[in-house]
Amino acid sequence: MITLNAKIPDGPLEDKWTRYKSGSKLVNPANKKKLDIIVIGTGLSGAGAASSLGELGYNVKVFCYQDSPRRAHSVAAQGGINAAKNYKNDGDNIFRLFYDMIKGGDFRAREANVYRIAEVSNQVIDHYTAIGVPFAREYGGTLDTRSFGGVQVSRTFYAKGQTGQQCLLGAYSSLNRQIKAGTVTMFPRRDMLDLVVIDGKARGIITRNLITGEIERHSAHAVVLATGGYGTVYYLSTLAVNSNASAAWKAYKKGAAFANPSFVQIHPTSIPQLNEFQSKLTLMSESLRNDGRIWVPKNKGDNRPANDIPEEERDYYLERRYPAFGNLVPRDVASRAAKERCDAGYGVGKTGLAVNLDFRDAIKKQGKKAIENKYGNLFEMYSAITGMNPYEVPMQIYPAGHYTMGGLWVDYELMTTIPGLFAIGEANFSDHGANRLGASSLMQAAGDGYFILPVTISSYLSGEIRTPRIPTTGAEFDETEKTARERIDKLLSIKGKETASSFHKRLGKIMWDYCGMTRNEEGLMKAKELVTELKKEFWSNLLVTGEGEDLNQQLEKAGRVADFLELAGLMITDALNRKESCGAHFREESQTPDGEAKRIDSEYSYVAAWEYNGDNEPILNKEPLKFEFVELKERSYK
Amino acid sequence: MNKVLFSAVSKKFVMALAGLFLLLFLPVHLGINLMLLKSDPEPFNNAAHFMATFPLVKVVEVLLFLTIVIHISYGIILQVRNWLARPVRYAVRNKADTTAFSKFMIWTGGSVLIFLVIHFFNFYFIKLGIVEGDPEDFYSVAYQLFSIPGYVILYWVCFLLLGLHLYHALQSAFQTLGWVNEFWTPVIKAVSLIYSIVLPLGFAAIPLIIWLFK
Amino acid sequence: MKLKLKIWRQKNAKSKGAFVSYDLDGVSPDMSFLEMLDLLNSRLIDDGKEPVAFDHDCREGICGSCGMYINGYPHGPVPGLTTCHLSMRYFKEGETIVIEPWRARPFPVIKDLIVDRSALDRIQVAGGFISVTAGAASEANSILVTKKNSDEAFDSAICIGCGACVAACKNASPMLFVSAKISQYALLPQGKPEAKERVRAMIAEMDRNGFGNCSNTGACEAQCPKQIKLLNIARLNREYFKAF
Repeated sequence: MITLNAKIPDGPLEDKWTRYKSGSKLVNPANKKKLDIIVIGTGLSGAGAASSLGELGYNVKVFCYQDSPRRAHSVAAQGGINAAKNYKNDGDNIFRLFYDMIKGGDFRAREANVYRIAEVSNQVIDHYTAIGVPFAREYGGTLDTRSFGGVQVSRTFYAKGQTGQQCLLGAYSSLNRQIKAGTVTMFPRRDMLDLVVIDGKARGIITRNLITGEIERHSAHAVVLATGGYGTVYYLSTLAVNSNASAAWKAYKKGAAFANPSFVQIHPTSIPQLNEFQSKLTLMSESLRNDGRIWVPKNKGDNRPANDIPEEERDYYLERRYPAFGNLVPRDVASRAAKERCDAGYGVGKTGLAVNLDFRDAIKKQGKKAIENKYGNLFEMYSAITGMNPYEVPMQIYPAGHYTMGGLWVDYELMTTIPGLFAIGEANFSDHGANRLGASSLMQAAGDGYFILPVTISSYLSGEIRTPRIPTTGAEFDETEKTARERIDKLLSIKGKETASSFHKRLGKIMWDYCGMTRNEEGLMKAKELVTELKKEFWSNLLVTGEGEDLNQQLEKAGRVADFLELAGLMITDALNRKESCGAHFREESQTPDGEAKRIDSEYSYVAAWEYNGDNEPILNKEPLKFEFVELKERSYK
Repeated sequence: MNKVLFSAVSKKFVMALAGLFLLLFLPVHLGINLMLLKSDPEPFNNAAHFMATFPLVKVVEVLLFLTIVIHISYGIILQVRNWLARPVRYAVRNKADTTAFSKFMIWTGGSVLIFLVIHFFNFYFIKLGIVEGDPEDFYSVAYQLFSIPGYVILYWVCFLLLGLHLYHALQSAFQTLGWVNEFWTPVIKAVSLIYSIVLPLGFAAIPLIIWLFK
Repeated sequence: MKLKLKIWRQKNAKSKGAFVSYDLDGVSPDMSFLEMLDLLNSRLIDDGKEPVAFDHDCREGICGSCGMYINGYPHGPVPGLTTCHLSMRYFKEGETIVIEPWRARPFPVIKDLIVDRSALDRIQVAGGFISVTAGAASEANSILVTKKNSDEAFDSAICIGCGACVAACKNASPMLFVSAKISQYALLPQGKPEAKERVRAMIAEMDRNGFGNCSNTGACEAQCPKQIKLLNIARLNREYFKAF
């Protein structure tokens, strides 16, 4: 059993971070040069951390699976990035941002961490602006903000519908500056195969060069995982199709606790699946719900074209169920409501798994021009993909797997339960509780990378200044590399009949059906069985063509799917354990009489940090959540 | 500094400046050529004489030759570099929508170069005494050449190609020099079009008029 | 739909490649171009053959991973789309589609349709940044930028680094790519202090990698999936001469 020590500093909420910084140990500049840090992933958190650590003078090695660090999936975030600047004079401040996040996460996040991320949010905006991220501006030359994600203040900074891209390219540019300066070395097209732990400390990684197939060893005094989420466990999701959980999963198997793995956000507005070969669900920005009205026909199986269905035969179910918030309810609520209607047989489209998002009334009221100005790009993208014109017929949308609130357990210093192994950005669990609010993922990833990790990592590294550069020849490296090689050989040698993609698709379906938007005991038990069987089948009937010593996309995929199969099991275990509904985790057994999520604070006000236990069931470690500064309340959007 | 002077962008810059300078010279040349239309050979020959002897023109002439050499040699250097940049060609021809004639500059330019060589044999080298002929009576030389149908056809073809070269050249030069904006660029494009039609047409009209009316 | 595909197959950087023809049926017009290739690959694997390797990731037109030369067009015949967004609706029943990798000396083929585009990263490393260390920034609103400049900087900054401009250019020139970055910073006051060093360094790196040079044909602008304007190249030129 591991001990979970969150290491939260004492004192009032608003002083914790300052106190921590005042008291933390530092590494002197001459020593920084002698310390190596490995960063995996080059998204907002990874690139931000790598460049900041490089600026501080550490010796940084960065890895990504893409051909360029600029392609990390942070690039796809659309809506914006939050900060408590209060530029609109609408009463926003750090506490309010903190409170919105705690409440939005349904009181399943750690107060001190959330407050800190709200605190550094302003620095993030200052930094991005300084390095040339072209955020939208007012005519007076100041930065513009918009309101987003159902909060009552305007605190979201944005760059049209491409905020993630602009922030990521900003992070990429600072990374480039450090590469040029020689403090950062970039290793693209690498998969991390395993973590090397020496004497209980994270000391290096084993990677596979995706071009040559070469297995490589890299050592460091600390390893930072910035590898994003695991939403692709559903096969179809809004994530990049190569996004994967392997690095985090390997860390888990080496002793890092995995927290709240079942907390997955399903985004309500994505383009629905069009055919069985579909590889990806494209997100349509949440902002569309500001003007679009969501509806399904009142009559089951009504397959008339949408525009032929008269007003009185339409069911605007969000407006009906949630008169106060209407179409603007939070993501988890909107997603579940869409699923409920479709499951009941009211869905539209070819598959019946879609609902209408209708702009007819908005166009009537505001004119086509106004709608085009706001959503022109999105409408174009929609019609390019579906061939339908949303100015004339309603868009069809359906929920899709999007963001994982769960992740590696970290303490206040963002260190996992393996000393020297840190997790930042979406890869950790810490800031979003059971549900993430819009525009807070970029904020958290950037905050972790630029302003939190560079401070907290020095506490750990200050104790490492006497450790000389770690050789990659030790027994642990030998052993870990051997295991990694054996696994590759195993994957290649099964020579069965089914591709990794096909297994992934089947896994995705199981997870979507039983461990997706709503869960129940029976379904989860069934899923557990199905996943176990599928895993067995995978290891006996997998087909990987080609060789290991070559660029082999089949092999890459197979390794990732093998890990997803194991992770899926843990997600189910976690979902089974948490017999309450909270945020995105909706247990059908725990709902109010009118079908809303019912939290059980007396029993489940804790972080479930799972510990790997070999072939046995994982061990549950609980970190109790204490709310000293906010009062636990029921989330209501009625 | 060397890197800056000899970078591809700088070479293009020099090409553009040289090209623009040559574009200035063409109307002057056309102005003199139009004097061929007079029945009196004196004005043309005087102008030719003036161009050959006036000291300031001499300076310009050196500059002009230097410009021609730079424009051509840089053009070739850049083109070779461009060819080397794609050692394996596409199997399907590139169908990307491009500015008219921009893809054929080396060929239209090359044809103009061939004409220039012939032209030098006929006139300039006489002046320099390399080739035999009367340097004081280019009027007659011109008339004599225009009486050869083959020469006139070659002359026309070359001016057609020059026109195509000029059409892209003018606007391209402004783009290379960075003088582009929403208001002026359409104007420059229009001027390019007019220039590339009027100038070659002016040159090409001379033998036609001589044929028809003399 | 039934299609005839002619695809460039090349085992690795050193081996010689060739076109291989495939007949593919069962293509749905709803599929994206990449999903059509996924389908082909699953059939190839079923037949015990090696699938076609191609770069892809986000499949929503923003990461810049995918890119192939389709029937004479980088990213295919529809303007403003990346290959992953190119729907099979734009192709005809029975059509022959020739698929080639990006061709340029600085983009050597790694395998099949995958090329090495790290030269583009090297150009960015040379100078595509503003030197502000984390923590050194002043309050964001202390820097005022006109809305016009800010919007224009954004329009340049949306380059996804896919390399279609290089693939489209008859000279394999990355000037549109380079100019997009230069323009973004040239339009913002934050970019001014190191404008000269930046443009010199990026152009020098561009030349060093063996790209061709711009001859203003405009093919890049026509094929850019993000419709980045040729105007940026003029601005790059201007910035470069200012740097002398």
